[in-house]
Amino acid sequence: MRCKVRVLLPLYITMVVALTAPASAGEATSPEERGLAIAREADRLSSGYGDSTANLRMVLRNREGLTSERELRIRTLEVEGEGTRSLCIFDTPADVKGTILLTHTHKQADDDQWLFLPATRRIRRIAAQNKSGSFMGSEFSYEDIAVQELEKYTYRWLADEPYDGNDCYVIERVPVDRVNSGYCRQVAWLDKEHYRTWKVDYYDRKNELLKTLTFKGYEKHLDRFWRARQMEMVNHQTGKSTFLTWSNLSFRTGLKEIDFDRHSLTLLR
Amino acid sequence: MHSRTWMAALVMGMSAWTVGGAGELSGWIAVEGRGFLNEPLYRGQDRDNASIAAQPEYYHTWENGSSFTFVPFGRADTADSRRTHADIRELNYLYRQDNWFIRMGVGKVFWGATEFVHLVDIINQTDLIEHIDGEDKLGQPMLEFSISPSWGTLDFFLMPYFRERTFPGRGGRLRTSRVVDLDDTIYESSSEERNIDIAARYSRTVGGLDFGVYVFRGTSRDPLLATPDLVPPELIDPEDVNDYKLIPFYEQINQFGADVQYASGNWLWKLEAYFRNGYFQDYFAATGGFEYTFVGVAGSNADMGLLCEYAYNDRDDGGQTIFQNDLFLGMRMTPNDAASTHLLVGFAQDTEKSENAFSIEASRRFGANWRLILDAWFFLDSAGDSVLHELRDDDFARLELAYYF
Repeated sequence: MRCKVRVLLPLYITMVVALTAPASAGEATSPEERGLAIAREADRLSSGYGDSTANLRMVLRNREGLTSERELRIRTLEVEGEGTRSLCIFDTPADVKGTILLTHTHKQADDDQWLFLPATRRIRRIAAQNKSGSFMGSEFSYEDIAVQELEKYTYRWLADEPYDGNDCYVIERVPVDRVNSGYCRQVAWLDKEHYRTWKVDYYDRKNELLKTLTFKGYEKHLDRFWRARQMEMVNHQTGKSTFLTWSNLSFRTGLKEIDFDRHSLTLLR
Repeated sequence: MHSRTWMAALVMGMSAWTVGGAGELSGWIAVEGRGFLNEPLYRGQDRDNASIAAQPEYYHTWENGSSFTFVPFGRADTADSRRTHADIRELNYLYRQDNWFIRMGVGKVFWGATEFVHLVDIINQTDLIEHIDGEDKLGQPMLEFSISPSWGTLDFFLMPYFRERTFPGRGGRLRTSRVVDLDDTIYESSSEERNIDIAARYSRTVGGLDFGVYVFRGTSRDPLLATPDLVPPELIDPEDVNDYKLIPFYEQINQFGADVQYASGNWLWKLEAYFRNGYFQDYFAATGGFEYTFVGVAGSNADMGLLCEYAYNDRDDGGQTIFQNDLFLGMRMTPNDAASTHLLVGFAQDTEKSENAFSIEASRRFGANWRLILDAWFFLDSAGDSVLHELRDDDFARLELAYYF
């Protein structure tokens, strides 16, 4: 698979560039074309890493300031033309240790998702195409943590404005599957230099500001891919927040499609 | 399990600890109390019981991807001497290559899709004395070979030793009026528990569909509980039987099974079925239904699942199969809170006789390491000739506090 990715990669990039060229970020005419061009460029720049592994620490804070923690290991694999495979393996809290969430995201079709429960060795399909539910009791929903496939939103450029010292594009994205999303729209700030996301405002179905996600500590990997070490999601309506810290990030570790097969869930720890 | 097996397990565990790679220890220890609504019906039974149990887990992994797992289990119970028991849930070595693996030792495998009746799950024996829901399983000695070519997964099992189902003893609740006699078990196979069982399974995922089909040949995991008059005369030793006990009879079977899960939108469809060819008869059994999930109930973070399943079994066994023609309705509540609270309510109704039961299962975490589990079962109505009727006064609530490490 790794070889396949390498072989296909130049082709893929050429293809994306060809598609992007007629409406590149600067020259596009309508706000919609411009928004799509910006999102496409951001997607192009963050694609092609092959696979990655990382450790994730989540700190959940409630309105009273009480915190609880979760630790997980995340593995992802890009599958050319299809989407992304990902594994979330829970290490703490101890009572959910060994629980694994497997997701196959698809560019067009519904995502496939399975949960492995180690106590009974059961693999249960998750039949909630509605991804607005909370992930592990955090302020992140399933749709927030899922890999953001370009095709799952429509885009609109709103403004150019500075954010935290960076010149940014402000774009709006509207979920294509409106029925199953918890949001009517999202507004994102991406810097003009590297197309890194710095802030996202999430608006609920009543178009009221629900949550804000901010990114900190961007680092460059493989000389090309920018990843934020820290993310914070604040829920304005409940006063709760969730803080994410990424560590031990590695790329091109040799993961294969078979490692993200439903059957291999029973072999992982 | 014999003390010799235990010793071997211990030695293997110790040696894995010392030979390099990375090992980790986890597990749980729990106290449990069960309170019953009514006085016991049968002589010798204690009314309530308390117990303590532990299940540590040692896992060791090597650079080449192979691993060693050791999961012993033990419980001490105040009321039922048989519920004071120990088992090796897992003790196995896994050797893994790209698209195949071999697992050797005592293992645990689950097959199935439905929520209420686990019909096609056959590799591991049920540790029934642990919980009446039948979800606790005894470790199964096995050699497993699995290969995943591009067109699915093939699993092959060789099981050289059979584990008998556990049943409550004289002092325990949730038992039949006659105690199941575990000393005089009858096997159809002349090799008895040393009969070599085999199984092969093919499974695959296609889009929203997961399915598996298998064939099993060997000793049935479901015993027929026989009073002396029901045991085939050629298999019986007259000195072994008396009127006050039930004798488990394990037949040789060929079983063809299938399980399917299909997800579409917020619907999850489930089906399990098998055809069994046994000593007395050939029969068919199936269970299936759906779960529909409402995400974000009433603007909250909570998910609610509604479950509806039906179980059918055409085995003619004098009422030993509890779910022969039954409808199950259930509701699952998941608030998606920081404490991972979970609630499942279930109701079973026999469609032929006025027999029904109700269960609640709830749990939540406290702090980082504790979990409190409450479950309650009510046997509301039962007909005169069934197993459920014998449990009619055993409505109970069970509270468990577990520490995970």
